[in-house]
Amino acid sequence: MAKVKGAIKVDDEKCKGCSLCVVACPQKVIALAKEVNGKGYNYAYMANPDECTGCTNCAMVCPDSVITVYRLKAQVEA
Amino acid sequence: MADIKEIMKPENLVYGKSKVLTDNVMSYCPGCTHGVVHKLIAEVIEEMDIQEKTIGICPVGCSVLAYNFLDIDWQQAAHGRAPAVATAVSRLKPEKIVFAYQGDGDLASIGTAEIIHACNRGENIVVIFINNGIYGMTGGQMAPTTLEGMPTSTSPYGRDIKLAGHPLRITELIAQLPGTTFVTRQSAHTPAAVRKCKKAIRKAFDNVEGKKGTSFIEVVSTCSSGWKLSPVKSNEWMVEHMFPFYKLGDLKDE
Amino acid sequence: MADYRLMKGNEVIAEAAIRYGCDGYFGYPITPQSEIMETLMLRKPWEETGMVVLQAESEIAAINMVYGGAACGKKVMTSSSSPGISLKQEGITYIAGAELPCLIVNVVRGGPGLGTIQPAQSDYFQAVKGGGHGDYRLIVLAPASVQEMNDFVGLGFDLAFKYRNPVMILSDGVIGQMMEKVQLGEFKPRWTNEQIIKMYGSWATTGKTPDRKHNIITSLELDSSRQEKFNHKLIEKYKVISENEVRFEEIACEDAEYLFIAYGSSSRICQKAIEIARAKGIKVGLLRPITLFPYPTKKIQSMLSKIKGILAVEMSAGQMVEDVRLAVEGKVPVQHFGRLGGMIPTPNEVVHALEEQIIKGK
Repeated sequence: MAKVKGAIKVDDEKCKGCSLCVVACPQKVIALAKEVNGKGYNYAYMANPDECTGCTNCAMVCPDSVITVYRLKAQVEA
Repeated sequence: MADIKEIMKPENLVYGKSKVLTDNVMSYCPGCTHGVVHKLIAEVIEEMDIQEKTIGICPVGCSVLAYNFLDIDWQQAAHGRAPAVATAVSRLKPEKIVFAYQGDGDLASIGTAEIIHACNRGENIVVIFINNGIYGMTGGQMAPTTLEGMPTSTSPYGRDIKLAGHPLRITELIAQLPGTTFVTRQSAHTPAAVRKCKKAIRKAFDNVEGKKGTSFIEVVSTCSSGWKLSPVKSNEWMVEHMFPFYKLGDLKDE
Repeated sequence: MADYRLMKGNEVIAEAAIRYGCDGYFGYPITPQSEIMETLMLRKPWEETGMVVLQAESEIAAINMVYGGAACGKKVMTSSSSPGISLKQEGITYIAGAELPCLIVNVVRGGPGLGTIQPAQSDYFQAVKGGGHGDYRLIVLAPASVQEMNDFVGLGFDLAFKYRNPVMILSDGVIGQMMEKVQLGEFKPRWTNEQIIKMYGSWATTGKTPDRKHNIITSLELDSSRQEKFNHKLIEKYKVISENEVRFEEIACEDAEYLFIAYGSSSRICQKAIEIARAKGIKVGLLRPITLFPYPTKKIQSMLSKIKGILAVEMSAGQMVEDVRLAVEGKVPVQHFGRLGGMIPTPNEVVHALEEQIIKGK
């Protein structure tokens, strides 16, 4: 059985920590970091990477276009 | 389970920043709808491969600096006058795809004459209308679109209809004009809404390429700084209060 | 073969624009200049040269259409009369601030407010000293004949593009409405898009191509130090214009002891006044500024050694006379004579004013 497996890359320095991606993620993958970036924002990161399906919802709603989404296809589960 | 580094390979890329967006950090507040709509316009321009053909007209307001974020030729118009500026560009350069990008104070207050007449003439342009019910850049003053009872810095006790008149649903007015071909009200607060909004923007740009007249897209938006709510709470407030008055959907599609 | 016609000043503006390869005219009706757009609509240049002619919803929209067209590197223009020009001031300062070339015609009528529809020269300050907000200058041309209405359309566009600066033809209801013989210019083809890209592609919004950065037309600069630098750049440009583009005409100045300084229709009245005065033995000449900005300051200064007094004649309460006084620096008496509210001075009134205000020194 093929399982879609995804990952996101957040441009930490450009993220403004608005949380819209956190809400948009159906898998509850994303959280805001405790650390802040150079501008003082708690940036988004994959708190729960195993659950990411690469659905792109987070990147769709991101106002600052700081999320890049990857998705691995036809990965056979052991 | 694959390793994250293995997933993050170019061949697995499914969504990234549009090439039509510049690398400048957007000057908007966290969670601002402008950023989402900018991105969608950039994606549509990239998909249609019309970077050389597109000329944007940006307004006065927060999005005055839109020219820093989309890598196309831009003209920055005086407050409310973007439709007049776009009219001339479209008439003098009919081979181009011209869009005006305006906020609610710009379009529905100071620029009412320009938008009504450009739409009535059926200028072959796209108008993107960001409606967040407030003047954002100047510090959250009452806009023509401010809802009844909604507090702003110039209606601190909430908009009083007796004092300030009714919130203006200008998109409904625009839809009455024979020059418009496509008039729609969208939002960009959920992944589904963003996808729908992008489809509307694509249709509008296609309409200009097909010389079909004016396409007008209102995007009901948030202004978390002006509303004094977090971006997430702003979206919730918008759904609860803005959507009942500014109903989403196509008003006209010919 | 020379093409001579008998035409109204306003009609000539329209004809000259078509013949000079103008790309677009955007206007709104107002007396006494409505014949400009009427002539264009009758001529249908869009069928002949492709020129766009559009009646806008307001003067404000019209000037912003000019902004949009000029930003594309197109030869565009608008026309109006005093109250309409006031409405255009916002657009004009944006055009100056974005360094865009365009032509604005003001067929002046009396003010303030709705004023009168009769001729006046009471918009001098507005045209020459700014008009809109911020530190900027227009290049201002003052025609005194229907022929110059024709000639200054081409000259105006040339100067506008040479300096990337708005140019105003400051005419008045006399010149706009009167008919005279005029020699029309040859037809010049409109610039092609390729020519525009070659000449103005470094700044005009012709569409972003991979070989260049995107062009942005704006007058906004949020960084104060950069805005100041830009202000200095404009000042420098106006200095170059002042050094190179001063235009004037001298009439009967060789032996003159007294001088009329007048532009536009007032200068025509002064010509008759010279005849009357000289018949009385008064040696008076006329200096007619053709450019009001830049003003012929140095020319006036060069004449002062032979001149006993100057009468500035203008159909205003005394506007241009301030520039005469700035040039003269108190070295000889300078007085103003003018009629107001749409009244036109007679040559005899002008001579009388010269005798009373300058010669008798009252």
